[in-house]
Amino acid sequence: MSSNNDNSSKFSSTRRKLLMGMAALPAAPLLANTGLFSTPAFAQAPATSAVNTTGLAVTDTEVTVGILHSVTGTMAISETGSVQAEKLAIEQINAMGGVLGRKIKFIQEDGASDWPTFAEKAKKLLVNDKVAAIMGCWTSASRKAVLPVVEQYNGMLYYPTFYEGLEQSKNVIYTGQEATQQILAGLDWVNKTKGAKSFYLIGSDYIWPRTSMKIARKHIENKLSGKVVGEDYFPLGHTQFNSVINKFKLTKPDVIYAAVVGGSNVAFYKQLKAAGIDLSKQTLLTISVTEDEIDGIGGENFVNAYSCMKYFQSLDNPNNKDFVAAFKKMWGEKTVIGDVTQAAYLGPWLWKMTVEKAGSFDVDKIAEASPGIEFTKAPEGYVKIHPNHHLWSKTRVGQAQADGQFKVVFETPELIEPDPFPKGYQ
Amino acid sequence: MSKASGRTFFLRPQDIIGIVVLAFILVVVLPLTLDNFRLQFVGKYLTYAFVALGLVLCWGYAGILSLGQGVFFGLGGYCMAMFLKLEASSPANTKIQTTPGIPDFMDWNQITELPWFWEPFKSFGFTTVAVVLVPAFFALVLGYAMFKRRVGGVYFAIITQALAAIMTILIIGQQGYTGGINGITDLRTLHGWDIRTDSAKTILYFVCVALLIACILLAFYVKSSKLGRILVAMRDKEDRVRFSGYDVSSFKIFVFCLAASLSAIGGAMFTLQVGFMSPSFVGIVPSIEMVIYTAVGGRLSILGAIYGTLVVNWAKTSFSESFPELWLFGLGGLFIAVVLIFPNGIAGLWQTYIAPHLGPLFGGVAKRKATPPAPPSPGTAPAAAE
Amino acid sequence: MFSDYSLAELGSIFIMQGFAGLILFSVFVLMALGLAIIFGQMGVINMAHGEFMILGAYVTYFTSQLFLHYIPSLFGIYFFIAMILAFFASGALGMAVEWLMIRRLYKRPLDTLLATWGLSLILQQVYRSVFGPREVGVELPNWMMGSLPVTEVVEVQINGLFVMGLTIAITIAVALLMYKSAWGKQVRAVVQNRVMAGAVGINTEKIDRYTFGLGCGIAGVAGSAFTMIGSTGPTSGQLYIVDTFLVVVFGGAQSLLGTIASAFTISQAQSTMEFFLSGSMAKVLTLLGVVIILMLRPQGLFVIKVRR
Repeated sequence: MSSNNDNSSKFSSTRRKLLMGMAALPAAPLLANTGLFSTPAFAQAPATSAVNTTGLAVTDTEVTVGILHSVTGTMAISETGSVQAEKLAIEQINAMGGVLGRKIKFIQEDGASDWPTFAEKAKKLLVNDKVAAIMGCWTSASRKAVLPVVEQYNGMLYYPTFYEGLEQSKNVIYTGQEATQQILAGLDWVNKTKGAKSFYLIGSDYIWPRTSMKIARKHIENKLSGKVVGEDYFPLGHTQFNSVINKFKLTKPDVIYAAVVGGSNVAFYKQLKAAGIDLSKQTLLTISVTEDEIDGIGGENFVNAYSCMKYFQSLDNPNNKDFVAAFKKMWGEKTVIGDVTQAAYLGPWLWKMTVEKAGSFDVDKIAEASPGIEFTKAPEGYVKIHPNHHLWSKTRVGQAQADGQFKVVFETPELIEPDPFPKGYQ
Repeated sequence: MSKASGRTFFLRPQDIIGIVVLAFILVVVLPLTLDNFRLQFVGKYLTYAFVALGLVLCWGYAGILSLGQGVFFGLGGYCMAMFLKLEASSPANTKIQTTPGIPDFMDWNQITELPWFWEPFKSFGFTTVAVVLVPAFFALVLGYAMFKRRVGGVYFAIITQALAAIMTILIIGQQGYTGGINGITDLRTLHGWDIRTDSAKTILYFVCVALLIACILLAFYVKSSKLGRILVAMRDKEDRVRFSGYDVSSFKIFVFCLAASLSAIGGAMFTLQVGFMSPSFVGIVPSIEMVIYTAVGGRLSILGAIYGTLVVNWAKTSFSESFPELWLFGLGGLFIAVVLIFPNGIAGLWQTYIAPHLGPLFGGVAKRKATPPAPPSPGTAPAAAE
Repeated sequence: MFSDYSLAELGSIFIMQGFAGLILFSVFVLMALGLAIIFGQMGVINMAHGEFMILGAYVTYFTSQLFLHYIPSLFGIYFFIAMILAFFASGALGMAVEWLMIRRLYKRPLDTLLATWGLSLILQQVYRSVFGPREVGVELPNWMMGSLPVTEVVEVQINGLFVMGLTIAITIAVALLMYKSAWGKQVRAVVQNRVMAGAVGINTEKIDRYTFGLGCGIAGVAGSAFTMIGSTGPTSGQLYIVDTFLVVVFGGAQSLLGTIASAFTISQAQSTMEFFLSGSMAKVLTLLGVVIILMLRPQGLFVIKVRR
């Protein structure tokens, strides 16, 4: 590891300082502690040689993980919350005594909203820094770029975003929901309570909305015997929605089902409201708006819309109360917590519990021990890792309030099984 | 240095020294001083250098500023990615799919057989030809339509920019055929040779360097040929060249196609080294960033473009690692500085401040370089600063 | 797709769709007008145009917060004040930029493109550092929200009307300024023959600076108006840049009338196609159409002869 640092220092002296500060430090105690002080000082912690057989950055006192999100570029808006949640979880775990008696130390890298950068940084974290796990990625594109890297170098990635499914890897734990988990329960609910039969599907034009809408369409047509009266996709960053709003007016769907993202989101809801579509009369169900997005849209433009997620900041349970309080204490009173932020918070905790169950930091053992890991203290309630490395979780529907929070109006009674390759929906 | 005495007719002595020095740095110095991880970064930067090289020819020498070079980079990259993806999607690897033997993203989009335009990419020979010719053909159509009607300068820049936008939207929208926003990922082998290993990446680095040097030689050849001189004449006084009986548009079309092919080779090497291709290299932002590599290196200097690419990317990587917030300031400032303060880029600085002092070392070279550098007014009437 | 609907419904939708097209038209004109002045009259390619717009949007956000906290009773009219402030903020920044940067580059139009692109990156990061990476929500006075019902189906968006009114007002103001005032005459003189204009005693430097400032100021007002329909974030300006340039170039760079005509053509085409096709395809076809027409008629729709 140190030789790698020396080499890279020729590339950039600023980099060396950074690495010395972050990665090289854990190396120093390694030398000091081995043999001499380790046994008395860390009596309860198992020996490093036993828990780390693959040369990860684990010492007798510390274990290093990586945080890999975009701090710059267009995705920085979305990924900030995830970084904050992961840091909070790490701090809390350290306050409780760490993992197997070792404090977690993190190295944060910036993916810069650029997919090859994500892949490179993931490789750097795994190869140079030998991190025991990576908490990171946000967009599907960044995960797709990182996936071959974590598989090649046998790393462990905890991925927080709800996503389109169609993926499963030994080296990834998906802490967000896959598409069927998020979509089906919401559609059933709107069908049952609102008697909805006709749907208008609208989304940004990329893989997640398209896959989600495909699943939604199958479910509406085959299971709910409903009708899709329109389906539209707009390029990312599109800002003019008046034509599609006219189509809403013409087709009069029972439900507008929306997966619009990013800057388009803001334009969409503002123009919807301006066009006189009153969301208390026209049901709108979205799978892409969390508390984070409402900040930019403006609560008054989104009030009474329904959002289908596994987590809302307003969830009423003791775990969540503690989590929200701790989050606000660390990151300020005005921060809001969305679905993905909560899912990112689960990552370090699930990893810690898996490591303790496996009694090892080795990635192979963690991958094997992951199924069945239960987290009872999760802010969303209770989650469990499925053998397919996704989470069992509940799905909830929230009604947006003017203050930018959601009122939870529905919650699935049972945990929903993750099904990344849904039969009959492809 | 023995090469320096060789009688290569299209290279001046200082060009030969420059190429040898560059080759020495890329082949010997960098591989010896950098670890594998960093060397792969350099390999990736060098793929952008192909684009910069093309831009020197078409922007620096012919005065055609294209803001859509990312399109050609992407076309080359996608051609290569399609070949590699087909190899990675052998029926054995994809037997869990509904339709084995087609790329995974097609299967997710209910496509049950390989689209016709994917078929030829099963052949490596076709792919290599396509990498060079598809973008060239595209450039030919575009260039023919534009240059025959004497569209140039600003208009051309803006139209190419719009094309970059169209291309991105198309690729993202047609995800069943192109992999959408995620791009074509998880590329594994080239004729059974695993391109993901460190040793493979090192080999690809040297392949990339060799190709780059070959392209540099080609660029020098074009520059020193009669064609190169016509291009410069055209840029400075297009009408006069036209009145002298030359078909100005044909020369422009040719150099634009050449630049497109060079970019595409870079794109293909990018796919090989990085292991995937996505629409984020096709759009407006990467296309303009590629222009800045050329501008920083010196838009009139073939070798400068290579150094410019390396310097800007190196700065980007190290800046964004240490001070992510400052990087955009740095890049933005670089754009402004390169235009206002040193319009001939690194090459211009070298010519003005360093080369004169090196005179004695370079012997006969110094006499030519000692002539005062061109006044910093490219676009209007810059003398050839090489 | 129309067989299921009655004639009255179709008629209403037709009207609504026409109105949607008109809103898009106003948005395009508003976006492009500032650029048309800068690019058409001065030959400067201002890639930071979107960032000047977003400056206006942030000024609006800032003003709304001020009114909300200090004089909530006047919140209903803050938007007008915000637009004036946005005009001066963006205009002042524009003049500063002209003085520091652009005036050295008039002979090198392609270089202005690079320099202003750099400027746009810097401005984005400034916005990010000052206002945070997240989008801000600009609250509007109540009277500006919602729509006026004309018939049961036909409803007219108030903010749409507002944007249209604003567009008409600004277009008329710009037209008067350019074609009726002494200053406008000087600007046109400089455009047509800079040396000669200088020789007859026009202070060309000053004209340049104010023209650039005017263009940027209009961008600021546009940005301010767009807080009603779009997002306000550090990178939101990038969303407009391609459309804006195409509108200006398509119209024929030197003609304000051309800009308006091209905004009308493009907006109607896009809005109609969006109704019949999916949004993405409509966008691609519109852009492609514009590019193809530009290849056939590179000088744009309208041209005036300029002595070089």
